[in-house]
Amino acid sequence: MFKGIQTFGKYLILLGRVFSRPERLRVYFRQLIHEIESLGVNSSGIVILISLFIGAVITIQIKLNIQSPWMPPWVVGYTTREIMLLEFSSSIMCLILSGKVGSNIASEIGTMRVTQQIDALEIMGVNSACYLILPKMVALMLFMPILVTFSIFFGIIGAYCTCWFLGIMTASDLEMGLLHDFNAYFVLSSYIKSVFFAFIISTVSAYYGYNVEGGSLDVGKASTNSVVSCSVLILFSDLVLTKLLN
Amino acid sequence: MIEVKSLCKSFDNKEVLRGIDAIFEDGKTNLIIGQSGSGKTVFMKCIVGLFEPTTGELLYDNRNFLTMGKKEKIGLRREMGMIFQSAALFDSMSVLENVMFPLNMFSTETFIEREARAKFCLDRVNLSEAYSKYPGEISGGMQKRVAIARAISLNPKYLFCDEPNSGLDPKTSLIIDELIQDITHEYCMTTIINTHDMNSVMGIGENIIFLCDGLKEWEGDSTKVMSAESKKLNDFIFASDLFKKVKEAEQEEIRVRDALL
Repeated sequence: MFKGIQTFGKYLILLGRVFSRPERLRVYFRQLIHEIESLGVNSSGIVILISLFIGAVITIQIKLNIQSPWMPPWVVGYTTREIMLLEFSSSIMCLILSGKVGSNIASEIGTMRVTQQIDALEIMGVNSACYLILPKMVALMLFMPILVTFSIFFGIIGAYCTCWFLGIMTASDLEMGLLHDFNAYFVLSSYIKSVFFAFIISTVSAYYGYNVEGGSLDVGKASTNSVVSCSVLILFSDLVLTKLLN
Repeated sequence: MIEVKSLCKSFDNKEVLRGIDAIFEDGKTNLIIGQSGSGKTVFMKCIVGLFEPTTGELLYDNRNFLTMGKKEKIGLRREMGMIFQSAALFDSMSVLENVMFPLNMFSTETFIEREARAKFCLDRVNLSEAYSKYPGEISGGMQKRVAIARAISLNPKYLFCDEPNSGLDPKTSLIIDELIQDITHEYCMTTIINTHDMNSVMGIGENIIFLCDGLKEWEGDSTKVMSAESKKLNDFIFASDLFKKVKEAEQEEIRVRDALL
């Protein structure tokens, strides 16, 4: 318990340093563009691939296991859309990304710590926490809604693929479900959740990387711990945000 | 000039530095020597502000580093350059970008001027052919030279080198030592070098401080180090067979000369 409070305190102190005024905005902006490419654009492929398959699998599962003659034909499309919008594209996708992006951030910053690159920044008079973490955090928070959009779009494409290539139902039935009782607020709530999760992924994994002590083994441990912590925090905050946003 | 007064540093009740007093003068290569675990690195990290000393005073040209405000401290840090044991170059940047980094962060010059300054620093350390290479593509000696170029890019008043020769062959070590000494004299910097390389001690030791178990055991220069009467220092220096033989040869020479007279 005491260790938990201590860790949270250290995390807040680090955030305090992250949110201080950057030394040179031009350098930070260039770093931001680099991070958008490295953390955001480079994650698009995995997001598209997973969403495509999950969209298809959800459609097949609902069609084969839930739909019955007592239900209208649009149920499959409707349920697929709601699952993608409400949970998969925001929360589950962020859980998956906490593995890819979170471990990347923790190991990158951790390696910089053990190879004294962070000490070199400090000696130069650069606020290393701000220089290393702020661009990553802003980049991920800016790009996460775009990844969520990709996920929703390709999840639905995956659902259509089951109609076009597997023929489990007609595309017009699926479309009817997808358009049934559409609530645009769900998209907005997805975006809000994803931005919040992006903040958790970037700052928590950066915290673990920044506080690495030791060698390469400790960088690996920090990377694992960051993924575990991010996952738990995302699940917990998903519960809270879902209640607050509905 | 850097003055250290009664500097102590403890970690969890373990005293690593026990009241060290030292003066590091401008335009001189000041060496801190000692066995592994003697407190050299902790001492240097206290001086540069990476560790906060438990007690003591640290004066940079009469400016007390430990009591000054955050802004002043950041300002003073911009007057420092440091070469780390591992070179600590930024992997994602090319050699030229590494040297330009401090200039991009703090210089108000135009891009062309900053690039020219970075190229000048790289030329100064004889690395004009490696501008576009990445740290992973160059040798350890070249990495150290890039680190020197990066450290001097902002014309620092104080240069700190933490074991600049570690992992280098004797010839490359010599080149690095000479380079650091030349730069120190050229820009009249206060240079502090942490080392346990006896070749460096004999070659560039203008002021040498020997640390043992967190205490300053001996102070002098390279001309006096071989004849020092400190037992701990002698144990450290003559642990190497080469230096043992040099001392034996010197003693033999004196004995023969005395016999002839």
